[in-house]
Amino acid sequence: MAEVRIEKLRKSFGAVEVLKDIDLTVEDGAFVVLVGPSGCGKSTLLRSIAGLEPVSDGIITIGGRKVNDLAPAQREIAMVFQSYALYPHMDVAANMGFGLRFAGTPKAEIAARVAEAARILQLEPLLKRRPRELSGGQRQRVAIGRAIVRKPQVFLFDEPLSNLDAALRINTRVEIAKLHKLLAATIVYVTHDQVEAMTLADKIVVMNQGRVEQQGKPLELYYRPANLFVAGFIGSPAMNFLPGKVTPGGVDLGADGALALPLPAGAVPGSAVTLGVRPEHMRIAGTADGLRIDATVELVERLGEMGYVHLRLPSGAVAIAEIRGDVGLGTGDRTSVALDPAHLHLFGADGHRIA
Amino acid sequence: MRKPASAFAVHAILGLYTLLAIFPIVLVIMNSFKAKRAIFNTPLRPPLPETFDPIGYSRVFGDSSLPFYYLNSITVTVGTIFLTLLTGAMAAWALSEYKFRWNTLLALYLSIGIMVPIRLGSVAIIQLVAEMNLINTLTALVLVYTAQNLPLAVFILSEFIAQIPRDLREAARCDGLSEYNIFLHIILPLIRPAMATVAVFTMIPVWNDLWFPLLLAPTGGKQTITLGVQQFLGQYITDWNAVLAALSTAIVPVLVLYVIFSRQLIRGLTSGAVK
Ligand SMILES: Nc1ncnc2c1ncn2[C@@H]1O[C@H](COP(=O)(O)OP(=O)(O)OP(=O)(O)O)[C@@H](O)[C@H]1O
Ligand SMILES: [Mg+2]
Repeated sequence: MAEVRIEKLRKSFGAVEVLKDIDLTVEDGAFVVLVGPSGCGKSTLLRSIAGLEPVSDGIITIGGRKVNDLAPAQREIAMVFQSYALYPHMDVAANMGFGLRFAGTPKAEIAARVAEAARILQLEPLLKRRPRELSGGQRQRVAIGRAIVRKPQVFLFDEPLSNLDAALRINTRVEIAKLHKLLAATIVYVTHDQVEAMTLADKIVVMNQGRVEQQGKPLELYYRPANLFVAGFIGSPAMNFLPGKVTPGGVDLGADGALALPLPAGAVPGSAVTLGVRPEHMRIAGTADGLRIDATVELVERLGEMGYVHLRLPSGAVAIAEIRGDVGLGTGDRTSVALDPAHLHLFGADGHRIA
Repeated sequence: MRKPASAFAVHAILGLYTLLAIFPIVLVIMNSFKAKRAIFNTPLRPPLPETFDPIGYSRVFGDSSLPFYYLNSITVTVGTIFLTLLTGAMAAWALSEYKFRWNTLLALYLSIGIMVPIRLGSVAIIQLVAEMNLINTLTALVLVYTAQNLPLAVFILSEFIAQIPRDLREAARCDGLSEYNIFLHIILPLIRPAMATVAVFTMIPVWNDLWFPLLLAPTGGKQTITLGVQQFLGQYITDWNAVLAALSTAIVPVLVLYVIFSRQLIRGLTSGAVK
């Protein structure tokens, strides 16, 4: 296994710069998840690491070796594609052993490694089947098996679970987590799914428009997002944002009222700020004084024990608050919400976190 | 599901077309088994016991040179198919996969060949073949036919290659295959149905052609079967029994080739490749 280090990476397609100055370290054995909106360059970054896409500038090293000019095969990586990309004219065993065949590995060893991977992934009864005779989940496991048998330094996954149904996705997610422990593998993993990102990652990298917005441990991103983009991207439903102004004693939210907050050193009275608060840190009819906002209920969504209330604030802004149990609210009811002072986020006019 | 009425209409039209297409062939085969008088008196009747006469076949099989003409035709056809498919698939792969400077121009140049009939260049071709000392050789025919069929082959095959998911080629690249091996072990197996199509398109005109055999290999035992049959067509007298029998037997080899290729056509090989 090996560390992947990316320095000042740039990639342009013609005049369009898709990756802008990416710096990223994937520690040996770490599970790094890339997230970001569609088109932000996640796949391009992954394909650059794989060597499928030549980079415009910057350095990529794998295990201390600069790989910029090496072909994919020489980089000792294995990639699992969203579409699985199994060879349709070969059976499962041949698919998994295909790369080894061309690396000149002895037949007996290929068979042993394929059998080993098949055992780990429970593919043994399927070895003689063609890809078209497999279900989506089985194909996915074959694609992972094909990566395992080559014993690569780094595994690259591009949205491997997005074609699976919800139940299978959870299963396979758990399998991948186990596999990571078992193989002690270095993994770079692209996903759209928040839950996958939060549960699998040692480190999440949030990308936006070709840049890294923030990287860190999942909970670090959740509790201390570095800017508005990350705050809005991590967490579901998304964080509520309320525009306001800094006052000597707290934050003035205009029509929504003034909140008394201990202000951090960086907050200059009179400057514009955005107050962020997650739905789970807004309590309906709570009692915290000084941090209350009146609201009208627009919609109540019940998901069972928990649910969400969509609120219209006096300023006209919409906010979502989490509820537990039956709070006895209906559309049109007037109520108030209390903000949890321990979990408020303040962002400056430039979008960066103040506190 | 289609509505039964429209399904019936489709089948009726196809059936009618099949009848039209098959009618002359049936006529040739039927009459090849009849006595000469019966061919002219009752051309539309199947051979009856009193009109049955295999004389045409005994003349064809009795002719010592005809087997060689068959062999020549088969050699030329198979050789052409092989060369067309090999060079065509390689060119199609290069044109659709690799970005290089003259890529588009080259593809355009090749597609011009689809529109311009090669026979316009017959005089130049004869000169070229003569210069190369290839007159009266099968090599000349194979080369000319390959040139004739290559443009369409490249066109069709590159369409098919473009449909192979990019992920498959990249998976192979990650698996460490060289570009040649990707072509041989991934691309070629996956475009087999397309190659069968091209083979069928190539084979029929080549097998039936009279023009180039007449120009490039008219004598010296290198005649193709279409040319060989001409010996039964005299200026004053034509041996219709033999002509019909020779034409009937000439169907067999193309039919066999067609059956071989059509088996490839039916299978949808790419299914299950992705998602
Ligand atoms: N071969 C290419 N030529 C030109 N532009 C490209 C090419 N490949 C990708 N792009 C552009 O680069 C940008 C990033 O694409 P990329 O596939 O990396 O996005 P992504 O983050 O993986 O998105 P998604 O989540 O939808 O998969 C997109 O705007 C895309 O249009
Ligand atoms: Mg992508």
